[in-house]
Amino acid sequence: MNQVPSLLRVFAYLSLLTVGGGMAAFPELQTLAVNVHHWLTAQQLVQLYSVEQMAPGPKMMMIVSIGQWAAGFAGAAAVLVAFLLPTSVLAFFIGRLWTRLERWPWRASIQRGLAPVSIGLLSAGFLTVARVALTGVVTVIITVVVSAILLRSRANPALVVLGGALVGLVALR
Amino acid sequence: MSDLAETDRGPSPRAVTVGQIFGAFLLIGATSFGGSVVAYLEASLVGKRRWVGDETFVELLSISQTLPGLNATNLAILVGDRLRGTPGAIAALCGICLPGALLMYVVGMTFHAFGDRPLVTAMLRGVAAAAVGLILVTTLQMGRKSLHGLVDLVFVALAVIGVSTLHLSVLTVLLGVGALAIFWHRPRSERQGSSQ
Repeated sequence: MNQVPSLLRVFAYLSLLTVGGGMAAFPELQTLAVNVHHWLTAQQLVQLYSVEQMAPGPKMMMIVSIGQWAAGFAGAAAVLVAFLLPTSVLAFFIGRLWTRLERWPWRASIQRGLAPVSIGLLSAGFLTVARVALTGVVTVIITVVVSAILLRSRANPALVVLGGALVGLVALR
Repeated sequence: MSDLAETDRGPSPRAVTVGQIFGAFLLIGATSFGGSVVAYLEASLVGKRRWVGDETFVELLSISQTLPGLNATNLAILVGDRLRGTPGAIAALCGICLPGALLMYVVGMTFHAFGDRPLVTAMLRGVAAAAVGLILVTTLQMGRKSLHGLVDLVFVALAVIGVSTLHLSVLTVLLGVGALAIFWHRPRSERQGSSQ
């Protein structure tokens, strides 16, 4: 069955949920891509997202992999366009209106109000990933150590995540 | 004489070409290993190239964070548009996304072919556990910057409960808690106190 129409619909919808960052849409991404459309498993989704933390560029480009699995090159291209186009057009026009909106009193209210909601959505995304990724003592230890390193040093996160791969290779076989 | 004297000036007056915009964003898209892409954008656009001033960058970043869309791609659109209008915005967006998208295309295919080998699975499980730590720290740091007071924590909690406990759709929570929070922070009239 041709998955391209579903890919377009799902990723255009998801893009509108990414207030504060891609992670905000993650719970919905898991619901739609894993439970509804069966494009991949929850483990694969979390692992793809995690692998991308070692790649350059905006995070969430891993949606390209989902499109590729579901429908080859056409799927990858469809996902990318669907995910980027709606929010980019919105940003473009709001960006031009922004200075004119300066005197509109609700502008500040919207910014002020959406800030905590986006943090809440990012936290919910974190919980979704954590539920899948934390499967035992070793994984929890990796998470705690990585958090401590990132909070206490200026280590490059890509290298720290790479360290997780090496620990996994030794301890999670 | 060094050009350090004018570091905190705004955008440089000379015109930037669409090709230069594409090149600069492509470079950031290809080299921003680890951490937030926004920091790399700031270092390049504000620091190295001086295409945007500090204050403009902060303002554009705050628009990017309020609107749906990835912060890095929204910023690319806004900066590209400021520099060279619509073609600039398109060039910046394509440049920043292209390297990561191509890389993840290849990674995805490789993952599909080898992802179920035991050694690969072991590594991927380690990577995922490490990523949980990274997401946690990123979220904490964002929260520390943008949350003010107890009421914001209430909105955070409502959003988390809505999505993670009640399993409401992210859209429902975004609209519901979002409307509530915006209404809470609604514009107050100047003659506040006497009304109501």
